[in-house]
Order: sequence, then structure tokens, then C-alpha cells
Amino acid sequence: MSYSQAEIWIIILGLALGTYVIRFSFLGPLGRANLPAFVLRLLRYTPVAVIPGLVAPLVLWPAATGGQPDPARLLAALVATVLGMWTKNVIVAVIGGGMALYLGLYLF
Amino acid sequence: MTATTTKSAFWRGFRDGFPFILGAAPFGLLFGVLATEAGLNVAQVMSMGVLVIAGASQFTALSQMQENAPVIMVLAAALAVNMRMAMYSAALAPHLGAAPLWQRAIAAYILVDNAYAVSAVEFDRRPEQSTATKMAFYIGCAVPVWVVWYGATLTGALLGQAIPPEFALDFAVPIAFLAIVAPMLRTIAHVAAALTSMVLGLALAFLPYSSGLLIAAAVAMIVGAEIERRMGDRFK
Repeated sequence: MSYSQAEIWIIILGLALGTYVIRFSFLGPLGRANLPAFVLRLLRYTPVAVIPGLVAPLVLWPAATGGQPDPARLLAALVATVLGMWTKNVIVAVIGGGMALYLGLYLF
Repeated sequence: MTATTTKSAFWRGFRDGFPFILGAAPFGLLFGVLATEAGLNVAQVMSMGVLVIAGASQFTALSQMQENAPVIMVLAAALAVNMRMAMYSAALAPHLGAAPLWQRAIAAYILVDNAYAVSAVEFDRRPEQSTATKMAFYIGCAVPVWVVWYGATLTGALLGQAIPPEFALDFAVPIAFLAIVAPMLRTIAHVAAALTSMVLGLALAFLPYSSGLLIAAAVAMIVGAEIERRMGDRFK
């Protein structure tokens, strides 16, 4: 990570301010303005649209192995995803994924 | 009478919101640890935890920073993750919109996934409650997670340096992200959006400044929304 202190603070304050504006939007100035149905539909998909695209390269090309695919990390990602989909429980998925990672690092 | 009703609504919210500390505590802790290991100082880690209180976007910012993405791209990706909160804000407005401005300002600050989800169910079930009662319930829901988030982030920031690289904590963020997203894959539309995002995220990873991620996210949102619309049409 190679940011100046000023840049780090800009990131922190920009994220804080931007997030607050998003949260306050309809509770504040936009009041009871009705969002068009298609906007609500788009917003509903933001987490599932952003996070997989962010994670996929981290899973396939981890920085810790110099960008080489690593069986332990692939296994951990698979276990976390399957457990999360199956149990709908975030904590179970995290713990399962972590255990798979350590098991994988030990085995491979 | 009103004071009693408000008070009991607060505690009902608190009880319903309490179990979510099981989710908030480990993520706050993990964020504190990883942000410190990435090179942020305690003041910076705590500022982010306290001012942003949105785990997924904080992790997004952190992983973008570790790739040395430009400041504007770090902000764009992290704020994109939080766009869903506009939907929460819009969903709560009919119930909390009549409250005094200062209360709505506080409500906005602590608008997190679980406070929205639990309150939306409650307000749906009992829409006739007064604004004050609904606000008390909502704040009660948010308080446990809010307080635990601060404490967990600080604990993580202080522990941060002490955890050696053998623990492979680099991979805690991808695992945490997958664990957050996987339970959201309830419908075909969600699965399709996630797959689109994943495939395009990989295919466009060569684009500079993480701009591929924003394209992937925009296309994936449209795919999800469009499939939902078409599936909906079919049942009309």
C-alpha cells in the first residue's frame, strides 16, 4: 500500500461522507419521494453485483502466492460459498471456510 | 403511557437486534486486524469503523487500497457496495419520515443491514404503531451492533500487529465476502447477477485502476434486475 497520509484520510472521510449521504437520502431531503420501480430493482442487486467481481480475482490470483492459483485458497472459497448458500449462516460459512483454508495449507 | 410504550419498543428492538452482534463482532475484529496489518494506524482504523460503520464497504476499500488503486476508484467501489442502503432508506422513510430531523439524522447514521431487515419485518407486521414507537424499536435494533462494532474494531486494531503471516489472514477477506454474499443468492436473478459479476470481474481484471470491477458491477446489476422483471412478468 503506497498512499500518503493525506490520501488515506481522503479515502476515510470520502467513504464516511458518501455513505452517510446514501443512508440519509430518503430519511432526509428526499423524504417520501417514490423511487421508480426499476431503480429499486437495480439497488436490490448492488451487493451481489459488486462483491463477486471483487472477490473472484482475489480467489483465483491471491497476492500472498504472487498471483499463482493456490489449491488451499480455492478450496476455502468453495467451502465458504457452499456453506453460505446451504446454511444461510454467515458465521458458519466463515468458520467452515477458515477451517478448509488451514486444512488445505496443511495438506497441499 | 407514551414514554412506557417507547421504552418497551426500544427494548423489543434491542432484543431482536441483539443476536446480530454474533456477526458484527468477528467482522469488526477482522477489519481492525487487517486494516492495521495493511498499514493504517489506530486513529485511521477507528475513524473508518466509527464514521462508516459498513463492514462490506470497509473491506472493499481495504482490498482496493492493497491493490494501490487510485483514491477515486477506491471510493467508487466502496460506495457502490453501499448503494443498497438507499433502498433501505427509502423503505424506512414511510415509517420514520415523520420523526424530528435530529432523530432521522441519527437513524441514518446507524442504518445497517440488520437494523433495516429486522425493522422492515416489524413495521410490516404492525404498521399502526406511532412514529415514536417505530423509531424506538429501530434504534433499539441498531444499538447492540453499533456498540459492538466500535469495540470489536478497536480490539482488532490493537491486536493487528501481533498476528503472524502464517495464519494466512490475507485470505480472511475473500472468505468473509463469500460468506456475506452466498446467503443472498436466494433467487435465480441473484445467482445470475453474482455469476455475471464474477465472470466479468475476472475477464476485465486487466483493465487499469480496478475500472473492470465497476463495469462488471453495473452489468451484473442490470442482469439481476432484468431477470427479476421478466420472471415477475411471467406470473402476472
